[in-house]
Amino acid sequence: MATTSETPGSSFRLSMLLYDTRYRSLTIQVIFMFLMTIGFWWLVDNTLVNLAQKGKDIGFDFLGARAGYDINQRLVDYTNDSTHARAWIVGLLNTLILAVCACVSATVLGVIAGVLRLSKNWIVSKLMSIYVEIFRNVPLLLWIIVIFAVLTEITPAPNAFRGENATSSMLLFDTVAVTNRGTYLPGPLFERSLGDFDLGIVSVSTNYLVLLLVIIGSVMGYRALQRNATAVQEATGDRPVTWWKSALIIVAPMLIALIAMGFHLEYPELKGFNFTGGSYLRNSFIAMWLALTLYTGAFIAENVRAGILAISKGQSEAAFALGLRPNRTMNLVILPQALRVIIPPLISQYLNITKNTSLAIAVGYMDLRATLGGITLNQTGRELECMLLMMMTYLIISLIISGVMNIYNNSVKLKER
Amino acid sequence: MKKTVFVGAMTAAATLIAGAASATVLEDVKARGELNCGVSTGVNGFSAPDSAGEWQGFDVAVCRAVAAAVLGDPKKVKFVTTTGQTRFTALASGEIDMLARNTTWTMSRDADLKFTFTGVNYYDGQGFMVNKALGVSSAKELDGATVCIQTGTTTELNLADYFKANNMTYEPVPIETNAEAQQQYLAGACDVYTTDASGLAATRATFADPENHAVLPEIISKEPLGPLVAHGDDQWADIVRWTMNALVAAEELGITSANIEELSKGTANPEIDRMLGSSDDDLGAMIGLDKQWAKRAISAGGNYGEIFAANIGESTPIGLARGLNALWTQGGLQYSPPFR
Repeated sequence: MATTSETPGSSFRLSMLLYDTRYRSLTIQVIFMFLMTIGFWWLVDNTLVNLAQKGKDIGFDFLGARAGYDINQRLVDYTNDSTHARAWIVGLLNTLILAVCACVSATVLGVIAGVLRLSKNWIVSKLMSIYVEIFRNVPLLLWIIVIFAVLTEITPAPNAFRGENATSSMLLFDTVAVTNRGTYLPGPLFERSLGDFDLGIVSVSTNYLVLLLVIIGSVMGYRALQRNATAVQEATGDRPVTWWKSALIIVAPMLIALIAMGFHLEYPELKGFNFTGGSYLRNSFIAMWLALTLYTGAFIAENVRAGILAISKGQSEAAFALGLRPNRTMNLVILPQALRVIIPPLISQYLNITKNTSLAIAVGYMDLRATLGGITLNQTGRELECMLLMMMTYLIISLIISGVMNIYNNSVKLKER
Repeated sequence: MKKTVFVGAMTAAATLIAGAASATVLEDVKARGELNCGVSTGVNGFSAPDSAGEWQGFDVAVCRAVAAAVLGDPKKVKFVTTTGQTRFTALASGEIDMLARNTTWTMSRDADLKFTFTGVNYYDGQGFMVNKALGVSSAKELDGATVCIQTGTTTELNLADYFKANNMTYEPVPIETNAEAQQQYLAGACDVYTTDASGLAATRATFADPENHAVLPEIISKEPLGPLVAHGDDQWADIVRWTMNALVAAEELGITSANIEELSKGTANPEIDRMLGSSDDDLGAMIGLDKQWAKRAISAGGNYGEIFAANIGESTPIGLARGLNALWTQGGLQYSPPFR
């Protein structure tokens, strides 16, 4: 009788928090949260107290002040009269363009190397093994510095192109100059430019916007044409001849737009100390791009190889039994299935590339780390603020990349119905 | 029982936080038995390790003099290499006690970055070095040139100002250290290398063919270089400041490393006696040191003139003239307030 008269609620004792499995995990979590909060609070408080002791405050006013320094590679307008915030944007864009270029080229290289490493040709597969093992087992920073040093030391200075008996000459009918400062390429110019399109912070060239729209239109037209041809084929059994129509749809609008805007190429020319005119790829950019491509390409190659090996041999045997050639087997059967395995690690490689661009200071490439985290930090002495801003920027970029890639991953992964 | 442990841990943590309130820099240095001195990553004549791995140079001598004054031994210095980018963070965080790394005294560094400059050990200005083959004789002809600069320095800002004022353009190549700049410049990846004129002379002295490189006549800025300490400990700032002053005053008063023992026995000049601690005045006590501090500082590497001559003077490969850095009595700017 005595045992049943007690209700469960009144029998609760404090020690049950520890000894009763119903409450124990909750207790541990609460204590852990409490300690975490205290630890975090201690860090923040300590920082603030120490800063206050040194007479420093935390503030972001410096972003509006005049930067006073110059940046060599600018994708948007920037002079030394611009603000530190603007320098931040210039650095951010330099980081992004490097990351995008490196992601694209590393993917292409990685896929090719990964597939070739599985080749039945002994020399090809061994060559690819050597490439992968060399590049992924030496630190990236060393590759960056080595490539930069090689570019600087073996290519001629602009001076070598000068005079009657120049020791160097430009390549490809005098249109490309490879120097130890960078590579000068012909650059696009528009005689009847449509001007710029101001977006507040950055201004976008309307010319390129128009070209982009034309390309999108052409692609959509081409797709419609193909769909139409397929429909006709399904109805009549004969596929209409479309090659000249598709060529016309793709090339003609582009040509018309280019001619309308007066497109022509501007060739680099040796003037004064340097080549002027055309487009200029600095060696710092090329070194970063090459190093990131080769290094990350090796990792992606391994991802691709793993993805392909994950597809059971029965799949390719079945494809061969159906009479598909090895090329088509790879493209139509293996790779689409392998993508499911390849994409998730590929996301982290893209994130790695983006974060590794911060090594750019080693070769003086003016990325986010060199502008906001380098010169701005140094000239203003706002270490904490600059570091926080930089961390935030990289975090946001990375989250966007993984977000977008996850959407893509969802679209290619095996649909279970 | 568990509760007690927890409370105990909290108390310990609280004590730790309270204990973080620091002692003075002087006490820290004495307790450590070593002075942490920030120097460059290697500028010949100013701060660079010699073939035996010993740090030598004009800025290094300041560190050694301070170590001699405070710890009694000029060798008790730990040299911490800093780049143009890392130096201020290192000083502000207390990783180094003082910075002697040809650093320009500017208002923003003094007031906004919260540092105390303890004097000027070298009056300098920013110059340009070019290869003579370019045929450039003036900085005004540098329109369109590619210029190597060390990032995070005042030279970066001066350069931007100078080219803007003269309506010229340039392509900056940011470089992290002097050694990298040298490599880039010699490979021809930049036409011009710009930094303080003393640094240019020091860099040129290490070239295989110094005669083929010219420093252009234009000096585009004032660069008073000197050691600095963090705000917040005036006593420490005083120690570094008066150690430097002692070196300059020693040259003015004719105290050299050769005759200092002789002079410290007592002279007819009361100021020498006060400085060397051979009279009853105890100047050292005012800055928390003993009576012999200045004597030890001067003995470490000689007076200002001796340090200059040994490291960067005309008889060295760097070959800098005293110029602005002569004593005020000889038409220069080096001047020490009186010791009394």
